[in-house]
Amino acid sequence: MTTPMLRLDSLRKGFGGIIVTNNVTLDVMPGEVHAIIGPNGAGKSTLVNQISGLLAPDAGGILFDGRDVTALPPHARAQIGMARSFQITSILPKFPVLENVALAVQARSGSSFRFFGRAADERELNLPASDALEQVGLAGRADVPAGDLSHGEKRALELAMALAMKPKLLLLDEPMAGMAREDSDRQVGLLKRLKGQVTMILVEHDMAAVFALADRISVLIRGQLLTTGLPEDVRADPEVITAYLGEQME
Amino acid sequence: MLIVEALKVAYGAAQVVFDVSFAVGEGEVVTLLGRNGVGKTTTISSIMGLVPPAGGRIEFNGVALNGLPPFRVAQTGLGLVPEGRQIFPSLNVEENLVATAASRFGPPRWELKHIYAMFPSLAERRRNMGNQLSGGEQQMLAIGRSLMTNPKLLILDEATEGLAPLIRNEIWSSLKHLKTEGQAILLVDKHVDALIKFADRHIVIEKGCTVWTGTSAALAADATVRQRYLQV
Amino acid sequence: MAGAIFATPSAAGRLRSRRDMVVPALIFLVLVLVPAFAAATAQKFLIDLTARIMIFAVAAVALDLVVGYGGMISFGHAAFIGLGAYAVGILSAEGVGDALIALPVAILAATLFAWITGIVCLGTKGAYFIMITLAFGQMIYFVATSLAPYGGDNGLTIDARDTVAGLPLFKSDTNFYYVILLSLLATYAFCRALVASRFGRVLRGAKDNASRMATIGFDVRRYQLVGYVISGGLTGLSGFLLANSTEFVSPAYMSWQRSGELIVMIILGGIGTLDGAIIGAAAYLVAEEWLSTLTENWQVIFGPVLVLIVLFARGGLIGLCVRFWRRRGAFS
Repeated sequence: MTTPMLRLDSLRKGFGGIIVTNNVTLDVMPGEVHAIIGPNGAGKSTLVNQISGLLAPDAGGILFDGRDVTALPPHARAQIGMARSFQITSILPKFPVLENVALAVQARSGSSFRFFGRAADERELNLPASDALEQVGLAGRADVPAGDLSHGEKRALELAMALAMKPKLLLLDEPMAGMAREDSDRQVGLLKRLKGQVTMILVEHDMAAVFALADRISVLIRGQLLTTGLPEDVRADPEVITAYLGEQME
Repeated sequence: MLIVEALKVAYGAAQVVFDVSFAVGEGEVVTLLGRNGVGKTTTISSIMGLVPPAGGRIEFNGVALNGLPPFRVAQTGLGLVPEGRQIFPSLNVEENLVATAASRFGPPRWELKHIYAMFPSLAERRRNMGNQLSGGEQQMLAIGRSLMTNPKLLILDEATEGLAPLIRNEIWSSLKHLKTEGQAILLVDKHVDALIKFADRHIVIEKGCTVWTGTSAALAADATVRQRYLQV
Repeated sequence: MAGAIFATPSAAGRLRSRRDMVVPALIFLVLVLVPAFAAATAQKFLIDLTARIMIFAVAAVALDLVVGYGGMISFGHAAFIGLGAYAVGILSAEGVGDALIALPVAILAATLFAWITGIVCLGTKGAYFIMITLAFGQMIYFVATSLAPYGGDNGLTIDARDTVAGLPLFKSDTNFYYVILLSLLATYAFCRALVASRFGRVLRGAKDNASRMATIGFDVRRYQLVGYVISGGLTGLSGFLLANSTEFVSPAYMSWQRSGELIVMIILGGIGTLDGAIIGAAAYLVAEEWLSTLTENWQVIFGPVLVLIVLFARGGLIGLCVRFWRRRGAFS
């Protein structure tokens, strides 16, 4: 019986009287790509924010690789192997592309309370950073200020930063958002190559991407988990269809 | 009336609408269909001037809307019932209706008494504060508020979101009623079966592009459209 | 890209090439030569003025560390000057007049205050952070005004400058000038190294995108606190030098106006450049010196100039220089 990489146990979260996460229980197994989808107002981002620690649930627990992380702040979760990308691209725009990734490496390469020595010159940090950039195809843009990258490139950079953390779990919050078909296809190709190497939770609207990548899909409706299952099963599930199309009228 | 041609919209570097084209004629009821995240609300925001288009053309009754600030867009005769209703919580029902009332094109079709006639429950609650209403009542208030601006084209974004089936049917009824009066309506909603029953045409959007347009009959006849673009 | 290192918080932060060394080299060269120049032209006041500039430059450089590189806008930094100064004053009044005791005490007092207030302040953001730093600054100011045995509102005259292990090394103005110069050089060099170090990079990263840094795995608040404490301690050094220089301490050293002046200095010179802090301190104090000979209300002239600089010369004086040199191809 394998330990789930992530277990959500009866998670609950409300904002001013509105319940946004309603008793969500979910297991994500190691090595799988688990997609979370849902129509408008499903509460997907709120759920991801609770998983990564930016929001604290009102009730329920989160176990990461067997360990209770419910009370752990985001940086601590990052330290033990949880990496995430943001729905709205979040990088360090004033730093060169390489340094963005080098910082991700730095976070787990010994103490950062070193006041001397030039961080930007450290091979110990720059080499793994370059490797990550190679993986996402950004090696040629290493010296460009990250703020100058195109949208698709910034997305790739975010992925590189996440990979540089050598994560056990990758939380991807709408990685295809804002990209045309060609760009998202490229991004999907990238993620496909990583399948199996790292567990991924994919929150997405782009169904082409979801069906290309997901091993299992969980459907969230108004904060509640409707169903979890194989992609084809979820697609055919009448309750899911109703959730997306509304009830049949008399 | 409304012409949208090759519309492109981006939020900074993130492009969300790549190529959307459609038109709404006098007295027509047209729907924008598609899963969430495909760019329907962004398209509407761009028409209303809330997000400037990055390319393409938007024209309403001969007036180019590209780059106009939202209040000017509204003045050309477009009325938006926004996603999430966004009624004024610190005003009561009557104040909400009256606050933005307008009549720009001759004698008004919609005055307070007409709104109350169409939505009796609003009449009962005229003194209640906006945020004391139920979801359905807030939706009716939002529609009423927009009607009070006597728009030539009424745009509704997810007007039945989160409402119970009974209330939803009430909203559909009032929209049907508006249609018989000749009101042009652009509608974003997911309840395809309900929409087929009274809308004239449907525009399906996928990943920021128009992928299918057709009449209600055509949509009802083609099950693949639903499967490919609207379901999971 | 080299020009950008002066005008904006550079990605590298450090002096990457010989080009970037030009400005600080020039600055310190000038500073070294001032006493000789002053003697040659019989303008002794130049030594006093430049000494004062350097003392405030120490505080300005330390402030630039947290504001320009750390993104923490402290409006109460004069408190640390005051603590350093009062350490000297109080010890002297109690008969302890040696730098070997006064200096560590000054820095320790400032460091401790920075640590305690930092923990509170860093729980807030934006406008609230500014207000709380201001409030703490005012708190210390009012404590000083109520210290009746140490002069209270009127301040306290110090009998003599501190000795160093019994030797009156600070006594001559010229000697003490070089002590101040060395302190500024040490502070500057330390901050330069710090900004380019791993620690400095985390601080700079937090300024760029704090939530991103957290999700990478950095406890941003801890790093910011350490940065704030280091800055406070260094500013305490400035206070130590000020008290010894003027042989006087007063609550005015830590008024909120003083804190504001420090911020003006780094804006004037160019935020996030360290060089700009020194140049800004010089520009401000020279302007004060010069314009006040024209009119008592010299700030009426200075104010608009500052507004113009903020509106049109974003990188401060350093930014202006870089743009000027770039156009003339000197840095092409």
